[in-house]
Amino acid sequence: MADVVTKATRESFGMALCELAKENDKIVVLDADLAGATKTSIFQKEFPERFFDCGIAEGNMMCIAAGLATCGKIPVAASFAMFATGRAYEQIRNSVGYPKLNVKIAGSHAGISTGEDGATHQCLEDVALMRTIPGMTVLCPADHYEMMAAAKAAIEHEGPVYIRLGRLAIDSFNDPDTYEFELGKGITLHEGDEITVIATGLVVNEARKAVEELEKEGKNVRLINIHTIKPIDRDIIIKAAKETGRIITVEEHNVIGGLGDAVCDVVTSECPVPVRKVGVYDRYGYSGPAWELLEKFGLTASGIKKVIEEELAK
Amino acid sequence: MNNTDKRQLKILAAKARLGAIIGTFNAKSGHPGGSLSAADIMTYLYFKEMNVDPQNPSMDTRDRFVLSKGHCCPSLYAVLAQKGFFDWSELESLRHVGAMLQGHPDMKGTPGIDMSTGSLGQGVSAACGMALAAKCDNKDYRVYAVLGDGECEEGQVWEAAMFASHNKLDNLVIIVDQNGLQIDGPVAEVCGIEPLDKKFESFGFNVIKINGHCFDDIEAAFENAKTVKGKPTAILAKTVKGKGVSFMENQVDWHGKGPNKDEYEKAKAELEAQIAGLEAEC
Ligand SMILES: Cc1ncc(C[n+]2csc(CCOP(=O)(O)OP(=O)(O)O)c2C)c(N)n1
Ligand SMILES: [Mg+2]
Repeated sequence: MADVVTKATRESFGMALCELAKENDKIVVLDADLAGATKTSIFQKEFPERFFDCGIAEGNMMCIAAGLATCGKIPVAASFAMFATGRAYEQIRNSVGYPKLNVKIAGSHAGISTGEDGATHQCLEDVALMRTIPGMTVLCPADHYEMMAAAKAAIEHEGPVYIRLGRLAIDSFNDPDTYEFELGKGITLHEGDEITVIATGLVVNEARKAVEELEKEGKNVRLINIHTIKPIDRDIIIKAAKETGRIITVEEHNVIGGLGDAVCDVVTSECPVPVRKVGVYDRYGYSGPAWELLEKFGLTASGIKKVIEEELAK
Repeated sequence: MNNTDKRQLKILAAKARLGAIIGTFNAKSGHPGGSLSAADIMTYLYFKEMNVDPQNPSMDTRDRFVLSKGHCCPSLYAVLAQKGFFDWSELESLRHVGAMLQGHPDMKGTPGIDMSTGSLGQGVSAACGMALAAKCDNKDYRVYAVLGDGECEEGQVWEAAMFASHNKLDNLVIIVDQNGLQIDGPVAEVCGIEPLDKKFESFGFNVIKINGHCFDDIEAAFENAKTVKGKPTAILAKTVKGKGVSFMENQVDWHGKGPNKDEYEKAKAELEAQIAGLEAEC
């Protein structure tokens, strides 16, 4: 196992874009005055002639990306998840999604772990919004290595993609020597037959810690990492529902419209089992250091462990 | 422009108007007013100005056209049909279930449509993206976008305008169809946009004001646009909403409804008489 890398997925994404752009001259990057924060600045530095700052005009940026895509470019349009998917939702729906254009939307500072900036910047709805757009692929990578692979897959995929990036530097847990990313395929990180935890993004590693501690206590908990929320891996979810009979979803997102709902959509039609959602319960966040907020919202290993124990006791 | 060419364009434009009337009549809905006001400009673009090939609609060196005021597609469809992108008979099933011609332009379903539009304010940004792509690739195709005057109330139009001049998109020409009307009434009463020329000038555009129904004016404007380097051009075209159908002219009511049978017959007769008159001159 390679060394643990501590990096925010936004930074990994910026690095990945640079790598990919060396091989693929169709890639151009757009930002809306947040290049330093979304880390598209890494790309900007290396490829200044392929980087365009649109200024603070996210709706315009999405449609410019659409226009570029009609001419064969692969535009990556980045901003905070809040403004990329919220402010520009309708532009994405009508000018990117409807014509199925090859635009990659990068939403950084997603989730509660955005921290001190507080509620207006902690986007808890981006996954829900992007899931509603027909043909949109929705990615939420969990660590540095997964982000590097997901970025490559996003660029190689023909069609619109939303990719969720985090602000907080987090430890990697995947082993780059063995890690394999396949669009639309979940990854079983831990086998178990008593219950299944399905997580996405930054909280996957927290869930992993919780599951490993429970293992020491003799509990067999299955853990699935869903990096592609849409199209979701139905097979891995149905199998888990059948084999473990109970599911817990974990996401740094409103429980309305996110991973939890996506999992429920699958199990309710295929194999109804109880699903408990760990996430943000239909409310706004607030200011504070990221890890303190994650703790408060029950999204760290200890909070997740507690929920698993409660569910196992049922 | 010589008289023969001008007459030819007038015939094509009258037929485009007729096509818009046929389409909106059969659809029992749609937007005749703005379709008629923009018919001369779109006819000029497709028959005089733009490098396009109906046999190869996605030719990558082609000039691009974005109808940012997508609701006015009935006359665009008629122009495209005349140009040979698809059969004229498609107009009869405009807006019908399963039809190729959607209520607003669909680039995936209709040959010749370069961008899907319908949500006002977005097409002009997409046109900026196309013009930027041409610059990136050192290609010399040009990009044209037609906007409504009401549409200019959308903030995104001005975001796009800033972007276009900042990036020196001199391969971009936007044409504002200044028919003076929108849905709720005259633009000047709903939320006035004047002085539009000064606005575009201050946003860094080369601004040309024309009569949008005069082919000499239209030609001069597009020729001028090609000579201007380092900035985009905005052509502010004064037009008559509903132009060419007497009872639709300057009527707010004719923004967004299809003619009934009587109205259709009357409009058709007027336009056919115009066409016959022009053809008799040939
Ligand atoms: C974003 C958006 N808001 C509202 C509408 C509904 N709408 C369709 S046409 C129109 C009026 C447009 O007026 P104008 O731009 O002057 O067009 P024209 O007069 O040429 O028809 C409106 C409000 C829309 N299509 N898009
Ligand atoms: Mg108008």
